[in-house]
Amino acid sequence: MTPVLEARNLTVGYYSPGGLFTKPLFLPIVHEVSFTLQAGQTLGIVGESGCGKSTLGRALLHLIPAAKGQVLWRGENPADLPRAALRQRRADMQIIFQDPVAALDPRMTLGRILSRPLATFEPSLSKADQLTRVAEVLHRVGLSADFAGRFPHELSGGQAQRVGIARAIIGRPAVIVCDEPVSALDVSIQAQVVNLLMDLQAEMGLALVFISHNLAVVRHISHEVMVMCLGRVVEQAPRDAFYARPLHPYAAALKQAVPQPDVAAERLRRGQSLPGELPSIARPPAGCVFSSRCPKAQDLCRQVRPELTSYPAARTAACHFVDTPP
Amino acid sequence: MAPDLAAPRSTLSLQAARFAGNRLAVVSVYVLLAIVALCFLGPYAFPFTGQDADFDNISAPMNLWSAHPFGTDDYGRDLLVRVLEGGQVSLAIGFLGALTAGVIGVLYGAMSGFVGGRTDSLLMRTVEVLYGFPYVILVILLSLLFGGGTVALFVAIVFTLWLTPAVIVRAQAQSLARREFVEAARAGGMTGWQIVVQHIVPNTVSLVIVYGSLLVPEVILSESFLSFLGIGIKEPQASWGNLIQSGTAQMDTDLRLLLLPGGLLALVLFCLNFIADGLRDAFDPNER
Repeated sequence: MTPVLEARNLTVGYYSPGGLFTKPLFLPIVHEVSFTLQAGQTLGIVGESGCGKSTLGRALLHLIPAAKGQVLWRGENPADLPRAALRQRRADMQIIFQDPVAALDPRMTLGRILSRPLATFEPSLSKADQLTRVAEVLHRVGLSADFAGRFPHELSGGQAQRVGIARAIIGRPAVIVCDEPVSALDVSIQAQVVNLLMDLQAEMGLALVFISHNLAVVRHISHEVMVMCLGRVVEQAPRDAFYARPLHPYAAALKQAVPQPDVAAERLRRGQSLPGELPSIARPPAGCVFSSRCPKAQDLCRQVRPELTSYPAARTAACHFVDTPP
Repeated sequence: MAPDLAAPRSTLSLQAARFAGNRLAVVSVYVLLAIVALCFLGPYAFPFTGQDADFDNISAPMNLWSAHPFGTDDYGRDLLVRVLEGGQVSLAIGFLGALTAGVIGVLYGAMSGFVGGRTDSLLMRTVEVLYGFPYVILVILLSLLFGGGTVALFVAIVFTLWLTPAVIVRAQAQSLARREFVEAARAGGMTGWQIVVQHIVPNTVSLVIVYGSLLVPEVILSESFLSFLGIGIKEPQASWGNLIQSGTAQMDTDLRLLLLPGGLLALVLFCLNFIADGLRDAFDPNER
């Protein structure tokens, strides 16, 4: 089956603003990412802030063009589609944002915000049908239909995120990229939103790309986990195998960093925070991206960048010193 | 569920309510409306126009109960009717000029800020070059081109005044373009132009209304100034600018010719500035 979303050696970056006469400089943020995503599956992408997770998410939606490599939507490269067709195809690929309130235009009612994508994706729909669809999705995300007349500033964060989800599903997409969808919400609301996403996934057969730095949430929702460090994938594995034993020392350190509910274990954990500096993404180290902070780093790590290598149980990792699992 | 405590209100209606609370601004709106109505309807109450000379009453003094309540000028033309007709020209140029300059500036600025990159720097350098263009020379050139009169004046005023709104809106658009709802709009398949018109421009509207209300007096003032210099509206057509100019010629002997158009102009400018003040307070998010 063709995967709904695929990335092949995807490299993305930004151009530094060149002047009128100076050549803009290309600054790569995400390097050579590859993965496939089937319908109904969730890929969790984790990494610390500034590692390129969000940039990758936007490149997957072709909001930022790929510099090298390609993104494939059901086997089709959006960069090759003519503009009008691309806009129509965007119905399939939606996004949910970290800051739920900033993601809604403050001057529009929720009804207009939700029906706007329909005007593009299903122009034949009548006004009345649009309103029915809006009421439908509002109900689906657990809000009453009279929210359609409200404005974004009247909503709580959790409600706003539900509206964000409603906007994403109203065009019946195949993939939703969730860019830290719960990190701006209260812990009690986080669970509700994650469960809502999982329900929708089961119902609509959605594929999710779930970007987060919260390993606990990612464990709950993902089927597959990808760990990024400084714009590179350092490890990719099925969820259970990953959480049982991460292969890459960076992934292990991330897992270590999750606070534990046990006082004694927590005290032990606090003593082991990572030493060393986080290198700038503009000047990545020559060797392994994690070498400046890695407890296992050798000279080899600082000079030669390890390739992503396959290991048993369908996992990959980029480290010179993976001790192969028994 | 308990009944809604307050009906949902848009930010715009909240701002309108705040504006209504500003007594001075509201009074200014009424005064301004009265003056506009007077200028456009008043002349119909007289059997003559502002260009008909009454040779029996040359330089008639003010007498509220005569046919010429505020007297006539040295050609025997009724002063009140001339001032009202001049008001039509000045107000029309003021509002239309501000509107045209505003619309051009807003769209230009919104596009420049939204697109960004090289297009943006190119568009903004163009604005800077135009900023450097000497205003009065431009007006003289244009009046040569259009043979003087209202059109040349209008074009010249719009040509110089759209620049500032463009710069202001561009800055706002630049920050809006990075907001997540714009990204959501792109993911929702909207074209760049649709995003500019439906998302960027409406979100700059409060800024534009405030600046626009300051733009109107600016346009009226530059119309008066140019007509005063003799570059703008030409006799026998009246405008507040050239009425004031001919009034100053006789201000030693007859202050009335200066005070009527000058006073009306000052009143309109005061009103517009109070309204602008009220709008700014109403739209200021720090003043909740």
